[in-house]
Amino acid sequence: MHLRLPTLAFVCTGLLGAAIALIFFYAPTDANQGFSQRIFYFHVPIALTSYACFGWGAWKALRYLRTRDERADLESYVAIHQGVIFGGLTLVTGSIWAKASWGVWWSWGEDQLVLFLVLFLFYCAYFMLRFSVDAGPARANMSAVYALFGVALIPVSFLAIRLSRSFIHPIVFNSHGPQMAGSQFFTFCVSLAAMLALFATLYQVELAGKRVDAHVRELRELLA
Amino acid sequence: MIAARSLAKRYGEHRVFAGIDIDLRPGGFLLVTGPNGSGKTTLLRVLAGLAAPTAGSLRLPERHTVGYLGHEPLVYRELTPLENLTLFGRLYRLPERGARIGMLLERFGLWEVRHERVSTFSRGMQQRLGLCRVLLHEPSLLLLDEPYNALDAEGCELLDGVFDEHRTWVVATHEPRRVEQRATERLAFA
Amino acid sequence: MTYAADVAALARKDLLLELRAKETLPSMLLFVIAALTIFHFALPSGTSHAAALGLLWAAIIFTALLGLTRAFVAEREQGMLDALVLAPCDRSAIWLGKALAVLAFLVAAEVVALPAFAAFFSGLDGRTVAAVALADIGIASVGTLFGAMAVAGRARELLLPLLFLPMAIPIVVGGVGGYLWFLALYDAIFVVLSWAAFEYVVSET
Repeated sequence: MHLRLPTLAFVCTGLLGAAIALIFFYAPTDANQGFSQRIFYFHVPIALTSYACFGWGAWKALRYLRTRDERADLESYVAIHQGVIFGGLTLVTGSIWAKASWGVWWSWGEDQLVLFLVLFLFYCAYFMLRFSVDAGPARANMSAVYALFGVALIPVSFLAIRLSRSFIHPIVFNSHGPQMAGSQFFTFCVSLAAMLALFATLYQVELAGKRVDAHVRELRELLA
Repeated sequence: MIAARSLAKRYGEHRVFAGIDIDLRPGGFLLVTGPNGSGKTTLLRVLAGLAAPTAGSLRLPERHTVGYLGHEPLVYRELTPLENLTLFGRLYRLPERGARIGMLLERFGLWEVRHERVSTFSRGMQQRLGLCRVLLHEPSLLLLDEPYNALDAEGCELLDGVFDEHRTWVVATHEPRRVEQRATERLAFA
Repeated sequence: MTYAADVAALARKDLLLELRAKETLPSMLLFVIAALTIFHFALPSGTSHAAALGLLWAAIIFTALLGLTRAFVAEREQGMLDALVLAPCDRSAIWLGKALAVLAFLVAAEVVALPAFAAFFSGLDGRTVAAVALADIGIASVGTLFGAMAVAGRARELLLPLLFLPMAIPIVVGGVGGYLWFLALYDAIFVVLSWAAFEYVVSET
């Protein structure tokens, strides 16, 4: 733990630096969309990282329900917290991209973006649930159940949004070409790795902070 | 009946109690005393299996042999005593439900009002009905939280009679004089 | 067999309580009719059938929400969930009994609301009725589970819509589009999940 966090932070910084360099100096400028297409290398990896966060949170939730280990509850919470932050960033970057490409801030035709809106709403309610119930095993149970509903909701919502286009928004936007060139794909992969490393680092930082908080409170209670 | 070792309960950062050992044999009577808010109710909820202990080991009898009477009498206010007891009789799968329910209602002086809604009852009558509910399935372990609450003189005597039955008891009260001499074990919260 | 008997006893208890109190169903009925009336004035004249249908689904979701916030009121006021959780029946029977009662109220409200919709707007087809029936199952199962979560919290009435509405979005999509298979899929997934999860929501141990 003491060794891992600095190492992780170091790797994360390196990857982020490499990703930014690749995005701006290596990846070719898109023929149709021009310079603004480069936000794709931020937007999509952030979105995928957000899924990873929610998935990790649900996995920890399942672990909690199996073991009743308080640490798993905290880990699930922190993962979902990070997921909501990355999800918010997905909405922002997606919105900027929509503005740059189509001149509108929001497009219901973009499945991923709509899905993130639904997920954002769903997982914000997760925090309302946690704030509304007193800390303890009952809250941990409910949070875990809700987190598991979340991962079930992701594919169901995605399917629903796909279906909805056929009667709400028949025009299909195909924003980033069907095929990626080798240099594009490489940039994309580095950027994805950087975002995942960023998640891992932030996850460890937040967990470490929360654990220190808990220790301090325990000590204070022992002294009192 | 109950075996607990260094039992602790914490809600988030708030510690309710810690380091509690209990050895309660069949037929024993554990008297839990202490002022309001000292953790008596939480302990009873843990012993009822309603709340999970944060630490320590706990061995409890099976769920259907436990009766728990909380602060609330735990009956539906808009149902009648008969409907309430019939519902719980069903859930506890009692054979010869009707006879047992009739006997209990008679004993606690509620037979005459068996078709009236609980919401029209005084708090003392509701507590009597709560006692009927908790005794309905003949539990061997009874957990009672302030059972004398709101009972009148006659109700208190009825409850004293209940304690004469051969069962295992855990009774939490902030005013222990009435049951002091029955206690085989004591646990005092500060 | 005892499982079915437990569920029946619990559902009957809820219907009996409603028969006494007469609160939930009348409010749902009034609400859904009032909502449809508002929609009539909200829509420009000569609106398409599709637009009106969309509003029907909005009305159904919000009417269901109204019923769901009331679902655990009797349990909450008296701490009755404790008493039910202590009974030796399977905890999921508590969920199923409550979900069936919620479903009954929902169907009863729709028996009035759907003909009213047909009369107020542009009629109704069989596909929509089937979609509503399928959607009711999903609404009742997920709503009952989340209702049990919401009553444990401090913000109760506020919390349930926040928890429930994102889950209702796929239902609305399936309903408006008339995708019966999708609604059936939703029901299958979330009925099983809710059934399995309820135990964890009401019990710490």
